[in-house]
Amino acid sequence: MTKKLRSAGVLTAFALALTACGGAKVGEADKPATTGGKECGTFNLAVSPWVGYEANAAVVAYVATKELGCKVVKKNLKEEIAWQGFSTGEVDANLENWGHEDLKKKYITEQKVAVEAGLSGNKGVIGWYLPPWLAAEHPELKDWKNLNKNAAMFKTSESGGKGQLLDGDPSFVTNDEALVKNLKLDYKVVYAGSETALIQAFRDAEKNKKPVIGYFYEPQWFFNELKLVKVDLPAYTTGCDAVPAKVACDYPAYELDKIVSKKFADSGSPAYELVKKFNWTNDDQNVVAKYIAEDKLTPDAAAEKWVKENQSKVDAWLGK
Amino acid sequence: MTAQLEYPDLQDSEALLSIQGLWKVFGPKAARVPRRPELAALSRAQLLDQTGCTAAVRDLSFDVAPGEVFVVMGLSGSGKSTLVRCLTRLIEPTAGSIYFEGEDLRAADEKRLRTLRRSKFSMVFQHFGLLPHRKVIDNVSYGLEVRGESKPDRRRRAQEVIDLVGLRGNENLYPEQLSGGMQQRVGLARALACDPDVLLFDEPFSALDPLIRREMQTEVVRLHREVGKTMVFITHDLSEALKLGDRILLMRDGEAVQLGTGDELVGAPADDYVRDFVRDVPRADVLTLRWIVRQPRDGEELAGLELGPDVLVREATRQVLEAGGAVKVVADGQLLGVVGDEEILAVVADRETAPAPARRLS
Amino acid sequence: MASITGSVEIEVRRPRRGVIVGVLLVAWVAAWFVLKGINTLALGGQETTGLHRWLTDQRDFLGGGNAFLDAIRVVVDQFVILLQAVIAQPSYGRPVPLIGWLGVVAVSAYLAWAFGNWKVAVLTAAGLTFLGLQGLWQESMDTLSLTIAAVLLALLAGIPLGIWAGLSNRAFKVATLILDLMQTLPTFVYLAPLTLFFAIGPAAATIATLIYAAPPVVRLTAHAIRSVPRESVEAARSLGSSGGQTLMKVLLPMSRSTVVVGINQTIMAALSMVTVAALIDAPGLGQTVLKALQTLDVGVAFNAGLAIVVLAIVLDRVTTAAGDRPWRTASLRRKVLLGAGAVVALVAVWFSRTYVWAADFPTGANIGSKIAVATTDATNWVQDVFGGFTFGVRDAVTKGVLNPLEALLTESPWWLVAVVIVALAALLGSWRGAVPAAVCLGLLVATGVWHDSMVTLASTLLATVVVVAVGIVLGVWTGRNHRADSWLRPILDAGQTMPPFVYLVPFLALFGTSRFTAIAAAVVFAVPVTTKIVADGIRAVPVATVEAANSVGSSTWQVISKVQLPVARRAIALAVNQGLIYVLSMVVVGGLVGAGALGYDVAAGFAQSELYGKGLAAGLAIVLLGVMLDRITQAAARRTRKFKGTARGDNLW
Repeated sequence: MTKKLRSAGVLTAFALALTACGGAKVGEADKPATTGGKECGTFNLAVSPWVGYEANAAVVAYVATKELGCKVVKKNLKEEIAWQGFSTGEVDANLENWGHEDLKKKYITEQKVAVEAGLSGNKGVIGWYLPPWLAAEHPELKDWKNLNKNAAMFKTSESGGKGQLLDGDPSFVTNDEALVKNLKLDYKVVYAGSETALIQAFRDAEKNKKPVIGYFYEPQWFFNELKLVKVDLPAYTTGCDAVPAKVACDYPAYELDKIVSKKFADSGSPAYELVKKFNWTNDDQNVVAKYIAEDKLTPDAAAEKWVKENQSKVDAWLGK
Repeated sequence: MTAQLEYPDLQDSEALLSIQGLWKVFGPKAARVPRRPELAALSRAQLLDQTGCTAAVRDLSFDVAPGEVFVVMGLSGSGKSTLVRCLTRLIEPTAGSIYFEGEDLRAADEKRLRTLRRSKFSMVFQHFGLLPHRKVIDNVSYGLEVRGESKPDRRRRAQEVIDLVGLRGNENLYPEQLSGGMQQRVGLARALACDPDVLLFDEPFSALDPLIRREMQTEVVRLHREVGKTMVFITHDLSEALKLGDRILLMRDGEAVQLGTGDELVGAPADDYVRDFVRDVPRADVLTLRWIVRQPRDGEELAGLELGPDVLVREATRQVLEAGGAVKVVADGQLLGVVGDEEILAVVADRETAPAPARRLS
Repeated sequence: MASITGSVEIEVRRPRRGVIVGVLLVAWVAAWFVLKGINTLALGGQETTGLHRWLTDQRDFLGGGNAFLDAIRVVVDQFVILLQAVIAQPSYGRPVPLIGWLGVVAVSAYLAWAFGNWKVAVLTAAGLTFLGLQGLWQESMDTLSLTIAAVLLALLAGIPLGIWAGLSNRAFKVATLILDLMQTLPTFVYLAPLTLFFAIGPAAATIATLIYAAPPVVRLTAHAIRSVPRESVEAARSLGSSGGQTLMKVLLPMSRSTVVVGINQTIMAALSMVTVAALIDAPGLGQTVLKALQTLDVGVAFNAGLAIVVLAIVLDRVTTAAGDRPWRTASLRRKVLLGAGAVVALVAVWFSRTYVWAADFPTGANIGSKIAVATTDATNWVQDVFGGFTFGVRDAVTKGVLNPLEALLTESPWWLVAVVIVALAALLGSWRGAVPAAVCLGLLVATGVWHDSMVTLASTLLATVVVVAVGIVLGVWTGRNHRADSWLRPILDAGQTMPPFVYLVPFLALFGTSRFTAIAAAVVFAVPVTTKIVADGIRAVPVATVEAANSVGSSTWQVISKVQLPVARRAIALAVNQGLIYVLSMVVVGGLVGAGALGYDVAAGFAQSELYGKGLAAGLAIVLLGVMLDRITQAAARRTRKFKGTARGDNLW
């Protein structure tokens, strides 16, 4: 055996030597073009774990790299941890912030390590959604008042005889238990526990024509696949959600905004100007999200494609 | 019978190793047991019941002379293995004292103890205690290595003892490649390598099969003759004890039952336990004429033959039977008594008759 | 004598105890009917208690900058970055890492050969090349860098601790307690706080991995030291070795093969942390899995998961081979060959530094996308074919077993449940079971998540029963049949190291969002380890014992039930124990697929700052459940089977 091994080793070395002669050498070919990126430097961009955010990050990173010569470092982080990153200086910008008044208070007002950088243009909507087939077949379900009549339809193995209200991406604040109680609905909140589980439930419901009602939100790439229909809860009025236990109204619409670290804002980096001026619509984001999630483009390729089609918007961000 | 007390004790001055009032108690608050007479007097079962302690060694005292082979014998659980470990404080004794060349070992600090273990004592273990990751030669030179000898010195000395125990040619094998008997030769060589004054053997041959065991016993006898070390030898095998031991200490439940030479144990058992223990020993092989002499009867016809008192009965049998009369037993020109057919046959036939004198004549 | 009276006692006691247990359970059901819904301590999903809010506040105090922690962070960060520079990331102004793929494959195979044997060397070369063919070379090397860093640090800290615990009984007891905590506390609980201490980046990821991965090597080192034959140690001491000499020349060399098993287990644990650590930006395959999960892309997630499995199998087989190497030093011929091999490996490294084809893995033969497509097709097919059936199974099990059990636990007043559990513990395991149970239950009430704990307990009990049943069947099968073992082992390895995130999506498709889905995921994760332990136990039954049973004409079933299982009972007790711990370590993953309760609390606490305290309390509740069940089962095992020895000390896996 050992003899064989030895000859195998010698053969391999020989073969390597032969094939190597024709190969290109490391460092000979294209050196990465460094286009005067001195003044931008490194730009640490937090990337939260949903595709919509990734779309924002992809486009901003692409523009910052190509146009401003920044070295963009994407950090894949949960939102909370991205906020922490402002104080340790490891995150420069968060491109899609959903409310989080408590975190704003802590990091902007109290610790003064972060500052707001304007709206992203995206509108965030949270609420209860139905799969399209169900909304088409039972249009009355779009009004919350009719939910109790149809509670039996939503019964599952998990809901203990009541209707099931599927809840729970753990990242989002939910008032649903209070809503069910205060609106006297015959439903039980079941925590799906992840966005994946929620999407899979809606997918399955649409495919197999099963009734399902659940917590969801826009903008979301999944809307490109399935146009979920929102249920109308009692309309939101300012302050109706002040006391969490007594909430009996719909979720507010969020104007999604951008947060940057204080240090980054003061640095005078052109990337900061870009982040500040960055603004686009839900449809824009959904297009890029679709490129990434469904067409399986890399974030960079998706951004490149969108930028080519929307050069005027990009020019506006760059102040051209 | 208080035979034990009448044995000639070695003079303190000539003892190499002297043990006095040694105790080893296992269990909670063990130290109180030897200190409090009412506890010290309890039997093993009572002690366990009352205190949760086990006394493995109880109030032992004995001396070992230089060059002597001192055998400690007992059944399993009699405390003999604990005793031998107490001698170099591998197990810390609970009470008592140990003197080696007049030095109190119990007062020695860790460093002094280490020095003594490195140069004065060595031990051979029942299951060999070899280091499987070292070659034979490195096992043998381990003791030299830990005391900091240079590699060439180690090699030379290790080779010497390897030759001495008959392991030549196996130096570069690993223990697992050797048979049990060979492994114990490694253990023996390792113990001899540091040229100690005292060799301690903890049932070294009980894990070996009988043929190998006999061979190894012969080996020890030979080594003792050649290197003349003092040996403390633990065994549960009476024939081994009789074969090797100058003196034998018989233990039961941690206590000394009898201390004496082999023929004393056989010839004058201290109690029924000892008598039971030695019952199957072929007495003719152990007892000497000293044990069966009697005064000549009036007008008895004596043969012309004279024999010494230390001749084994087995060796004297033919001569006495062919002498045609009682044979004189003479020591230093003095007549101790005579031995006739009757006495010889009683021993050879292994009848349990009390030898004429209740104890050995001195 | 003692053993005779002991067994008589058991003969008499067993049926009587069974009756008492039965009566107790009936009484519980009766009381449940009357008292249903009172004092259930239910707490809503977004509701918190004072303790939770206090814990939330504490969190911020922890992160207040500390020079010592900063120093640790910098050192660990630099260490990981260095490793990445060598094998994973472009570095030192070069567009490629210091050593390209060819060099990595050659050096790894060479090391596998030198420390193991030529078979694992071939496996290593094949496995690593496969990673490249999957199109995941760089991700795999990032993962490998992080794993190496975490494992080396775990060994640096773990082996000395293990030695200490091996030498000192007191240290052993304390260590066992802390290690149990480290292994059952869900990673999610300390992942976020760690980023406060060590900031975001490789350091926090490495340290999170280290916390999870260090326990096995500590345990096994301690065990190895404790099982060095006494005589060898005495022999060394009798020759005058100092403490240090005994340790370095006797204890450590003689512990080698067991310590290597510990290193092996540590590596496996580290790899299974890779995906979770990706949540705090740990580089590598975990990122790929999580990204794919966002769009429910099973194929891509599976491809990356498969890469982790391949890495795990390679590292496992190499370390196992290294541990099995005999003491003997190499023969001259092997030395010559090793020298020649080293030259070949160095030549390969030189190539990989010089030529592009040897530095960057060629992209031409990418089979990764094919694997992804095939997986997606296969899962779709399974979903279409079995979809209806699996939902039926789910509903039957949920309605028939899980719901009644959960109702009993959650709807009874908390004090009734506590009394019943303590009484059961006392009956099964005397005071040894009852006292820890009472303490744990008291603390569970204090955590404020009693109700959720009971929901989780119901699922955990059901999952553990299934895991043990399946584990014993498979374990007996593989333990008796070598061919079955060689077929099943890679599948078991995959079950143990494939990140659970990968099979969440297909499971969700098959079973929907439900507690059953969580139970199924836990079973997949925990069955491999129970199977392996049972199989080892069956194999360890002395041949003579089995022969004796066969010689009196026992049937196969009799040999198994009357000889092999009883003789292997220690292994089975250990399998139950480990099955339980593995099931509990999946509670958080269960929370992501609809099991809710403690798992969801922990996940939500990780994601929402106002729920942090509750998440921490829920994490502690998981630990308490684990400690309680562990102590009860061990006390019961000790009592009914005259279970001798240091049960915790045997907890090697």
